[in-house]
Amino acid sequence: MRFGGLTAVRSVDFTVNSGEIVGLIGPNGAGKTTFFNCLTGLYVPTEGTVAYQGKVLPPKPHLVTQAGIARTFQNIRLFANMTVLENVLVGRHTRTKEGLWSALLRGPGFRRAERESEARAMELLEFVGLAGKRDHLARNLPYGEQRKLEIARALASEPGLLLLDEPTAGMNPQETRAAEELVFAIRDRGIAVLVIEHDMRFIFNLCDRVAVLVQGEKLIEGTSDVVQADERVVAAYLGEPFEGEPGAAEAAEVEAAETADSTEGEAR
Amino acid sequence: MTDTTLQSPAERGPLPLPPAVARPLIAVGAVGTIASAFMSWTWTPDFPGNLTIYGYPAGLQILALVAGALTLLYALALWRVKGLGWLNPSDATSPVFLTSLSAFTVCWFTGIAIAVDLGGLVNLDPGAYVAMVASALPVIGALALPHPAPGTGVKGYLTKPEQPRHGTLAPLAERLVVTVGTVIGLVIFTYGIGINDDDSETFIGFLLVCVFAAWGLVHSGLLDRYSAMSARHKGFAAALALLAAVAFPFTQSDDHNANIGVNILIFATVALGLNIVVGLTGLLDLGYVAFLGVGAYAAALVSGSEYSPLHVQFPFWAAALTGMAASLVFGVVIGAPTLRLRGDYLAIVTLGFGEIFRIAVNNLDGDSGPNVTRGPNGITQIPDIKLFGFNLGDAHTLGSFTLGRFANYLFLMLIATAIVVAVFTRAADSRIGRSWIAIREDETAATAMGINGFRAKLIAFALGASLAGLAGTVMAHVNYSVNPQPYQFAGAAPPNSAFLLAAVVLGGMGTVSGPLLGASLLYLIPEKLQFMQNYELLTFGVALILLMRFRPEGIIADRRRKLEFHETGQLDVPAQTTLSDGATVAKAGA
Repeated sequence: MRFGGLTAVRSVDFTVNSGEIVGLIGPNGAGKTTFFNCLTGLYVPTEGTVAYQGKVLPPKPHLVTQAGIARTFQNIRLFANMTVLENVLVGRHTRTKEGLWSALLRGPGFRRAERESEARAMELLEFVGLAGKRDHLARNLPYGEQRKLEIARALASEPGLLLLDEPTAGMNPQETRAAEELVFAIRDRGIAVLVIEHDMRFIFNLCDRVAVLVQGEKLIEGTSDVVQADERVVAAYLGEPFEGEPGAAEAAEVEAAETADSTEGEAR
Repeated sequence: MTDTTLQSPAERGPLPLPPAVARPLIAVGAVGTIASAFMSWTWTPDFPGNLTIYGYPAGLQILALVAGALTLLYALALWRVKGLGWLNPSDATSPVFLTSLSAFTVCWFTGIAIAVDLGGLVNLDPGAYVAMVASALPVIGALALPHPAPGTGVKGYLTKPEQPRHGTLAPLAERLVVTVGTVIGLVIFTYGIGINDDDSETFIGFLLVCVFAAWGLVHSGLLDRYSAMSARHKGFAAALALLAAVAFPFTQSDDHNANIGVNILIFATVALGLNIVVGLTGLLDLGYVAFLGVGAYAAALVSGSEYSPLHVQFPFWAAALTGMAASLVFGVVIGAPTLRLRGDYLAIVTLGFGEIFRIAVNNLDGDSGPNVTRGPNGITQIPDIKLFGFNLGDAHTLGSFTLGRFANYLFLMLIATAIVVAVFTRAADSRIGRSWIAIREDETAATAMGINGFRAKLIAFALGASLAGLAGTVMAHVNYSVNPQPYQFAGAAPPNSAFLLAAVVLGGMGTVSGPLLGASLLYLIPEKLQFMQNYELLTFGVALILLMRFRPEGIIADRRRKLEFHETGQLDVPAQTTLSDGATVAKAGA
């Protein structure tokens, strides 16, 4: 994926197995969200393809969702003026068929489909703990609940792979812990989860495998121990250690200067 | 009684009068206003409405009477007079202020209008002075009442007080209330439409009373309660509204008002179709009137008019389907290339297509193109519709009622409007409707949820177009002729794209009753206020700016926007619905 002359993401290969939680970390600007956008068809990759379950996906967001990849957004993108329930019902879009005609004629098939959708949506709202707020406007929910609603909306499309883009950004430790539980619960439903996050404790608690993305390229992939121990990862986040270590000569110089300072003070 | 005297000074109104003075002021003023309506206001019947007769209120005096009575009722309700508590569920003082303002504005407007129209204060009879003085007293008194929302200054009188939880009545009683409300609505509408076209003064007075009284009713919480009731009995209320519309021609002795009624219905129906495109899907279409034109021209071409180059005469149902189909095709042809654009780009392209339609129709006259539409002359002498053996052009008598040509078309148009309302409500509350709203809210997120944005937008665009086409087929027959002139972007009279859009925005986007109300207002105001013809677009623009500044959601707010105060108690900020949301993402991906 290139923007003009800038290569944002280059040859990143990824496998996420079902029932697995994989973390994607990397410093700001590493191309994590761009990678997500390529996966979900929001960006058309300049080169290369996205394949899911052996099938190459066309770069159209709605087809990607239909194929079974759902996502949340880094900056929450709910349908602000729709109710909580309606937001989840929109997520059901690809799994229902009713078109304009059936909506106008309101046959028994339409009613059944609406009832089923609503039941599924309510089940998901209960799963994330928002069932009591079904008739609230999405924009009136507190921040943490908006995050939960976005996850419920993504789950409504019955994905095989869920992409979470910084699900705990702006959350306090308690909320982060709750989010962890939620992700585990999603995994237990047999859904593979790929999560971008900056909160390292969250990532290393949660993920079976972690991949590090630096400047658009995958640096390393492995279990949390392997990644934490890797020097290059530390370097990418904190910078390289200084080339030549401060030598003995310089150290002596500094010491000399300091002692000179203190003796001057005493003389006065 | 005691609660007001115990108020701390901070909660007093802006005028430092003791309640012992304020209350009599309101009562005396309201009664005085009512009494003045029975006096002579001017000596000559030259002033519209004939306000010269003692003991017989007419024209503006009736309005003053109604406004005075409302003030008195609200004052009595505030003083806990038994049996009137239902009038003021929110128990606020602002309804008294607003209703007294309605009486004040209408009386003073009349006095000033008499002096200006007839040339001097000499022309005022004592009744007018009584009315002006009496109507001012309740305003002063109301300002001395406890402030509706302490500490908020002038704003407190303008913002709606917090509403209590409304209880429910027995279903039968609620239906009765809905019935009474519908009848009152019909009476108000009939009165407004029945005001003589020359009586601009009376119509302005009517608008003044309506605006302030409605404002007061909203503040009192009565309208909220009523709309909650009619929402609980949706089917019943809809059937009653239809019944009231059917009853309307029977209340008129003159076919002229039925003509206005038909035109309002056509205008409102097209506005409802536009509401699918603008209100639900969030696509700004500035050339929508072209679809009305396509439907009208298609119907005219197959109407059997001798000026139509196609010498065929379809029965009406086939003509209506032809008009809808032609508009549908146009909608798809215009929509398919343009709906890939977002926001501002789409608006400009639709504006262009709207003008292309008008100019093309102007040029298809045999000289500069093939002769299809006869250019600026248009297709005239469109025969009347015959339905089930009835010729809609003839007057029919039904018992003691005579229903003229326009009344017949009013009934036909009512069927069309009912169809469009049904299509709108059913489509809005379904999978496809939710996908439209999702696209309006955030197109990027909507596509990421599996919605094929282009397809959903094209369906909305085509559906809106074909509904406008349906209205167009009736319009061609009502007007006997079609010509390119009305199908422009902006003009002094409806329908044109700007007025249609304004009807939707003014009434309330995404609602059914909003565009109906907006269209009625926007049609009636130019019709009844002929003297302002030259300033119409100016006042219209100013009114729109004011509305957008102070009530951006329109007169009737969307159900979604009504969920403002919820258990969370969070204050709601009107969302900035930018149509170009996410455009950057699309561009970056391209």
